[in-house]
Amino acid sequence: MSENKKSFLIINRKAPYGSSAARDALDVALTISVFEQPLSLLFLDDAVLQLLPSHKPDQIGQKNLSANLAMLEMYDIDQLYVSRTSLEQRGINPDTIQLKIKPLTEPEIALLIKQHDQVLSF
Amino acid sequence: MIFSIVITGAPYSSQASDSALRYCQSLLNLGHSIHRVFFYADGVHSGSSLAAPPQDESNIPAQWAELAKNHELDLVVCIAAAVRRGIIDADEARRYEKSADNLAQPFALSGLGQLVEAGIVSDRIVTFGA
Repeated sequence: MSENKKSFLIINRKAPYGSSAARDALDVALTISVFEQPLSLLFLDDAVLQLLPSHKPDQIGQKNLSANLAMLEMYDIDQLYVSRTSLEQRGINPDTIQLKIKPLTEPEIALLIKQHDQVLSF
Repeated sequence: MIFSIVITGAPYSSQASDSALRYCQSLLNLGHSIHRVFFYADGVHSGSSLAAPPQDESNIPAQWAELAKNHELDLVVCIAAAVRRGIIDADEARRYEKSADNLAQPFALSGLGQLVEAGIVSDRIVTFGA
């Protein structure tokens, strides 16, 4: 492995269970963490639905994503951000999110993207 | 600059793999280098040796193989995403006791670490999603 460090930003854009995107993004996040690279996660568009508590995906034969999101803290992945606009558009009160996550405005999101070396979008 | 490419869209269903092919060709024409092309999620289907599109349509797996041969590209297919979707090489066919394998040459199955390593080594990662 290279000695270099790169800061990674993973942008989540998809709803939790309609596609494999959410799980794919989480798997990449955990791998980046294993490589000890600086990492931030941003939840945008329908991906804000990933943050809602009380998923019951077993009813559609899926594994619960919330348990994996809770694992982020164990992996020291604590730079979590969410689009304020995406929350508002979907009528989600930021207080209902049980993860420690920072709501960002559009200009703040632009800055966040600019501050990272690598951006991966799912 | 050193680039790496991530493809998450399925060939033929989405434009992702075809656009990525053209993008890679342009990068190489402009003198950039490509450290790795990483096929993830539905993108793994670009590595199938069994794709048989009509003759007047592009054969995406064959085009990747051709580009890789001409420019010594490293084509890595995410093993977890691939095995789930029935894209397997001879080793995995033995491991899972399957009757056939279908990973085209010169694609290789490997882990997500290859994606992260590509991110560390490359100046830019460009994702082609569905």
